[in-house]
Amino acid sequence: MIEFEQFSFWYPGAAKAAVEAVDLHIPEGELALVVGHTGSGKSTLLRAVNGLVPHFTGGHVEGRVVAGGRDPRDSPPREFADTVGVVGQDPLAGFVTDTVEEELAYGMEQLAVPPQVMRRRVEEVLDLMGIARLRRRALRTLSGGEQQRVALGAVLTSSPRILVLDEPTSALDPAAAEDALSAVLRLVHDLGATVLAAEHRLERVVEYADRLVVVHEQRVRDGKPAELLRDAPLAPPVVELGRLAGWDPLPLSVRDARRAAGALRSSLTGVPARVAPVVPGDARDGLLARRVVVAYGDAVAVRDVDFTAAPGEVVALMGRNGSGKSSLLWALQGSLRRSAGSVSVAGQDPAAASRATAAALVALVPQQATDLLYCDSVAAECTAADQGAGAVRGATRSVFGELVGGAGIDDATHPRDLSDGQRLALALAVQLSGRPRVLLLDEPTRGLDYTAKARLAGQLADLAADGMAVVVATHDVEFVAHTASRVVVLAEGEVVTAAPTQEALAGSPVFAPQVAKVLAPLPWLTVDQVAAALTARSVAHG
Amino acid sequence: MATVTAGVTRTRRQGHLLARPLHPLAWWLWALGLAVAASRTTNPLLLATIVAVATWVVFARRTDAPWARAFALYLAAGLAIVLVRVIFRVVFAGNQGTVVLVPLPEVSLPGAATGIALLGDVTAESVLAGVYDGLRLATMLICLGAANALANPRRLLRSMPAALHEVSTAVVVALSVFPQLAESFVRVRRARRLRPVAEKGRVAALRRIIVPVLEDALDRSLMLASSMDSRGYGRRGSRSVVLSRLTAGLLIAGLAGLCIGVYALLDGTAPRYLATPMLLAGIAVGVVGLVVSGRSVHRSSYRPDRWRAAECVTAAAGLLAGVAVFATAQVDPVDLYPSLTPLSWPQLPWLALLGIVVALLPAATPRSESGVVGTT
Repeated sequence: MIEFEQFSFWYPGAAKAAVEAVDLHIPEGELALVVGHTGSGKSTLLRAVNGLVPHFTGGHVEGRVVAGGRDPRDSPPREFADTVGVVGQDPLAGFVTDTVEEELAYGMEQLAVPPQVMRRRVEEVLDLMGIARLRRRALRTLSGGEQQRVALGAVLTSSPRILVLDEPTSALDPAAAEDALSAVLRLVHDLGATVLAAEHRLERVVEYADRLVVVHEQRVRDGKPAELLRDAPLAPPVVELGRLAGWDPLPLSVRDARRAAGALRSSLTGVPARVAPVVPGDARDGLLARRVVVAYGDAVAVRDVDFTAAPGEVVALMGRNGSGKSSLLWALQGSLRRSAGSVSVAGQDPAAASRATAAALVALVPQQATDLLYCDSVAAECTAADQGAGAVRGATRSVFGELVGGAGIDDATHPRDLSDGQRLALALAVQLSGRPRVLLLDEPTRGLDYTAKARLAGQLADLAADGMAVVVATHDVEFVAHTASRVVVLAEGEVVTAAPTQEALAGSPVFAPQVAKVLAPLPWLTVDQVAAALTARSVAHG
Repeated sequence: MATVTAGVTRTRRQGHLLARPLHPLAWWLWALGLAVAASRTTNPLLLATIVAVATWVVFARRTDAPWARAFALYLAAGLAIVLVRVIFRVVFAGNQGTVVLVPLPEVSLPGAATGIALLGDVTAESVLAGVYDGLRLATMLICLGAANALANPRRLLRSMPAALHEVSTAVVVALSVFPQLAESFVRVRRARRLRPVAEKGRVAALRRIIVPVLEDALDRSLMLASSMDSRGYGRRGSRSVVLSRLTAGLLIAGLAGLCIGVYALLDGTAPRYLATPMLLAGIAVGVVGLVVSGRSVHRSSYRPDRWRAAECVTAAAGLLAGVAVFATAQVDPVDLYPSLTPLSWPQLPWLALLGIVVALLPAATPRSESGVVGTT
């Protein structure tokens, strides 16, 4: 159905190919999952299927692609609208009309589908995607998951034989992501569509994939998921656990892993769960908030919340969308006016302090980290931050250098050209320039791949070890398991759980990470902890 | 047999009266008819009737959609226009007429502005002149507001001729950019306050907000463009090159004719044969161009608004109001422009009033079910 033959592509002016010598054959009805780091050429590969690459981007192509029997090089993407359906990351950015029903019909109108057929297909797709009750709603008022369902439906109405999904869930929160993914899986199973998808949340999809396409350093390998995942650069926790325990075949789902894990569980029973002990400092030197209330008119976003973050600890703030996480963070930082309660950082209220003083007390990295950046190069951004904070020249640049690790980034790079992870690192470096006592992060892991997440987890741990109090609002359970020492769960603006990570996550059906689900009732949360426990056990036995 | 026929007839009539939104063009014709009527008179009684009719129909027929709720804004804007007119009359042209309401001293400006006098006695004539004038403008504005409240402006774009489809899509997209810009502006400004550095100077601060907002907008438009491209926007289908050149030529010729005609019509010294004949010829060629290119456009329309009896009634009722006022202008123009010197109580021209009251009819056409929920 989709063929790549010795396909290489260079973006205009680029010396290095975005993808090189790709040979790939995807037969009809397969779900092929494309994995790879951000910037590895995944998107290029996907966009070549309907000719967006090179028609939309420009650039140089070698080799050829055939999708549904036609070569996208001969005709522009619009002539492929009836063969290839494309769904992108941000559904809202791709909407052309403004209500659900019109959006579903838009593609068919362009294809001149007769009105009766159009009417019938819209009704069918409304049911298929479970969005019939939304038909008259304005697209902007829908939740993220609903929007992505509409975007999928809008592509389906043109009945394409190939679906290309470019990280359909990476801009969504986990609940919305589940919502969108279940719709995709339904298409694959019930309609037998040929699907080529890139997806960050591997752990949810990999068990359904027929083929895994690994893009690594511009090269492409493909094969059965269980075989390729043995040494793929990115893998979900359950696969890493399988690699550690040497299971064969490699389990792809929690269910398979649990059935394979009997021996591991019994060998770990009795081994003490030694989680690196965190000794937090005095909360009075960190963040101390009492009975904080945030209300917008009649709507109460945060209701009488007591919250502390002591120097040296990483606190995870969890809860569903709209539970008040962001409001609490902004109120703790001081920009959002609280209706009642007190906040003190080392004895001072950041809301009452001047901007310069407040920056030395508490820093916040907002959800859209790029909103913080406004200069046209990395160097200018760092200099501006140094000047603002009165720091030594070059301080921010060196912090940024540490944060991005070995990756040598040119000073003249425009912040928009950085990868998601690097951009977050730059925003973090800028916010750290004031040397704050407390660092708040709002959903930092959105759009990051496993490697970038692991790097961020390490950085936060280092900052905490240096005596900073770190608070992370996130949905990402695996990230919390790696990073946080304490978890606070909010619901409807109130604290419903406040406990050490182990206790808060392990027993919970919603919040338990994959490793905890496989090993329950044993207390381990991450592969690293299991590895440490196995070493400790072999030392004790040996 | 007879009963069956009766049954069929009844069913059909009920089908006509089912709740549905009227064709947006019908509402716009109705409102334009009323606005034309308003433009032809300063009689406050007639103007007040027009405002009352428009308001009544809006309240009887509007949905709870966001654009419908904006009608109150138009009413407020109308009131503001009247007030501003009156204030200007009092301040800058105060001393006309004889019926003094409030005696005020006149202020002559010194120096370069010699000869200009401010204030002076407030007379009934000048206040009324301001009210009449302002009311006419306000009424026309309120008529347009009524059309906007009753017909989704975007649906009006959807009923454009097929040839203009691509243009109207572009307009729809442009309309949706504004709420997005506002959203990202608020977000970026909020984030900007988080940075320790306080910007020096307002221009620099503004630039630092506008640059990310525009970058955001540019990113979004690129994404939208690629999404539209993948979904078939601008497909040529089977249209031949010759045909598209022909239609382009027709449209340009039509437009040129239209421009020359309008110019000649407004410029009295231009030769007459360039005026109306050229205008008509231009329109004719343009219409042929639209029809030809519309035929070749390879697309269909989902649930198009249909033009039925209710639409005819609505459009006719509005146009009738306009016609009635025009007819009155031929027969009895005095009552349309009530005299200010000497002051007299305005008379009601019955023909014009009757025409305007007919425009109430659409209030009784089938009410539309509630429209789009939420804000756009």
